[in-house]
Amino acid sequence: MMVAAVALGLLAGASGLLLGFAAVRFRVEGDPIVERIDAILPQTQCGQCGFAGCRPYAEAIAVGEADINQCPPGGENGIVALAELLGRDPKPLNPENGAEKPKMLAVIDEQNCIGCTLCIQACPVDAILGAAKHMHTVIAKECTGCELCLAPCPVDCIQMLPVTPAISTWKWTYPMAETKVESAAAEAAV
Amino acid sequence: MRLFPFHGGLKTVRHKTESNRQAIRAAALPKRLIVPLRQHVGAIAKPLVKTGDPVLKGQRIGQPDGYVSAAVHAPTSGVVIAVDQQPVPHPSGMTDWCVSIEVDGEERWIERCPVDYQHLHPSDLRNVVRNAGVVGLGGAVFPSAVKMNLSGHCERLEHLILNGAECEPWMTCDDRLMRERAPEIVAGIHILAHLLAPREVLIGIEDDKPEAIAAMAAACAGTGYEVRPVPTRYPSGGVKQLTKLLTNKEAPTDGRSTDIGVQCFNVATAYTLHRAIHHGEPVISRIVTVTGHVKQPQNLEVLLGTPFAELIAESGGYQDGVQRLIMGGPLMGFALHDDRVPVTKATNCILAAGAEDLALEQPAMPCIRCGACMDVCPADLLPQQLYWHARAKEFDKAQDYHLFSCIECGCCSYVCPSRIPLVQYYRYAKNEIWAQEKEKQKAELARQRHQARLERLEREKQEREAKLRQKAPPRSDAAAEKPTPTASIAHAKEAASSAADSPTEAIARDA
Repeated sequence: MMVAAVALGLLAGASGLLLGFAAVRFRVEGDPIVERIDAILPQTQCGQCGFAGCRPYAEAIAVGEADINQCPPGGENGIVALAELLGRDPKPLNPENGAEKPKMLAVIDEQNCIGCTLCIQACPVDAILGAAKHMHTVIAKECTGCELCLAPCPVDCIQMLPVTPAISTWKWTYPMAETKVESAAAEAAV
Repeated sequence: MRLFPFHGGLKTVRHKTESNRQAIRAAALPKRLIVPLRQHVGAIAKPLVKTGDPVLKGQRIGQPDGYVSAAVHAPTSGVVIAVDQQPVPHPSGMTDWCVSIEVDGEERWIERCPVDYQHLHPSDLRNVVRNAGVVGLGGAVFPSAVKMNLSGHCERLEHLILNGAECEPWMTCDDRLMRERAPEIVAGIHILAHLLAPREVLIGIEDDKPEAIAAMAAACAGTGYEVRPVPTRYPSGGVKQLTKLLTNKEAPTDGRSTDIGVQCFNVATAYTLHRAIHHGEPVISRIVTVTGHVKQPQNLEVLLGTPFAELIAESGGYQDGVQRLIMGGPLMGFALHDDRVPVTKATNCILAAGAEDLALEQPAMPCIRCGACMDVCPADLLPQQLYWHARAKEFDKAQDYHLFSCIECGCCSYVCPSRIPLVQYYRYAKNEIWAQEKEKQKAELARQRHQARLERLEREKQEREAKLRQKAPPRSDAAAEKPTPTASIAHAKEAASSAADSPTEAIARDA
């Protein structure tokens, strides 16, 4: 009886020490799940999810404060990826957050720009170039299409234009000739 | 001489005799040329001319942009009438940047400077090749200068392979070139051999071209280059398949052929290399097989930029029953939307295909899991698994089955009894994966920029606070001193001037 109690006690003590050591030695900085959620989000930093950027939204998802269907730019693919990562069921995009749109690009009408710098401050990825009382322009390569620059512009000289299809970005489409059982039946009849 | 057969492959219809009986003929000079600035893999060439500029034959009109790029030249003398977007031969039917030239018919050359390649530094020689616009003329149009640099992938090249297999049905441009201009091809091989110093030079030609084999063997006499006939079995002209056939070596899935000490060039590329080095003539023309449902199928030497329609007209026009106009062969080529598109460096064959040549494009039926595709796959893949995963858009799983080892040769679609357009599914899956990859990179860039912005804003905020703390005198002193009106005006002025220095900050503060 005594022997068993001592043996179990020692075992428990040893395991406790081991766990304590592991907790210090193999400590994980930050929350890895936040990183992985953030990696799936499209990084437009548009705030349509109701948070101040993709990272805060990722943190909110991780602690269960936000749902996985609040990101319109990520679209259906993003929701499916998040659902897979978190082991949940995918669900349709919450219409309160907006609708999935084709990729757009902000373009400044440079003739009408008054150089107020308001859009520069609004841009979450510093993709607008310019200085006070000088014309501004959007660096197309850096623009995420978040639309945050539209509202602050006092002269409404910023437009969202769809990304023009180019031969270098063209993709083969999903084959149209899907398996047709009907036509096969028709052929068999002939 | 042992050959090492590759897995799979096909005996296809040949249709070579329609066009390989007549000698290569120079096509008539067209009135107008549309020269695309993207005729190669890699970055599009930068235009060097503008509307109204006179150009000479062989003058450079497109500057290579970046390492993987090639120059573009005016195919004949004339005047530039436009630098704009024009339809180009591409499966999308879209437009791309082109230089349009009104031909003056005088064929005035720029000054041609032959190069003594043996006394040139290898990197200078590669630059000459790059500026002459030499690219792989087998159809892949990869810049040759890049391939002529082993760049540490192997110590020394074991085998230099010249690809004269020309395994696709209908196509005979390389066949005619080898029959008629073998000594020039061999002169080009000398340059490649000089630069790459291979242990062995092998020339692979399918055995249904005995005349070409004889001509090449005669031209190679005494050079040590070996002409090796290979069995006529599609796709023996694929780089990996030809390498396996001749050397029994296979490159690793994610590696290059230079990793196993092999480099491969098309025979037509060697020919243009010879023209560029020994005659100072850049790539401004190529041999094009015009065949299929045309009245006189033939091989034409065509200036780049010549519209397809003119070559069709020169071959007697279309015959009845043309269903599709295809660039390239029936297995790997693609259908064109328009016959006014220009010939590019990639145009090896123009095929006016009839209904009987397009058996692949009938309605598909369900897969019956017969496994015929697997038996013919020359890349030794499992096409049926790839098909299921690509169809279900399970791209990860498709990659697990080595989707990117697929060479899109079309053997699987050719034998499929259900006529499923298998290669289309693979192309679709590859494109989607590339696009996702690009999206990911863009998102990562945006994330970094957003992070940098947040850090900058935080830093600016702290700096501002520090400044304010410095300016505002401690409370007790202020009470003792009692601020005079002049002092506060000075303060205000200072603040105003600092605001003028950084307007962003000022507005941010106002906001």
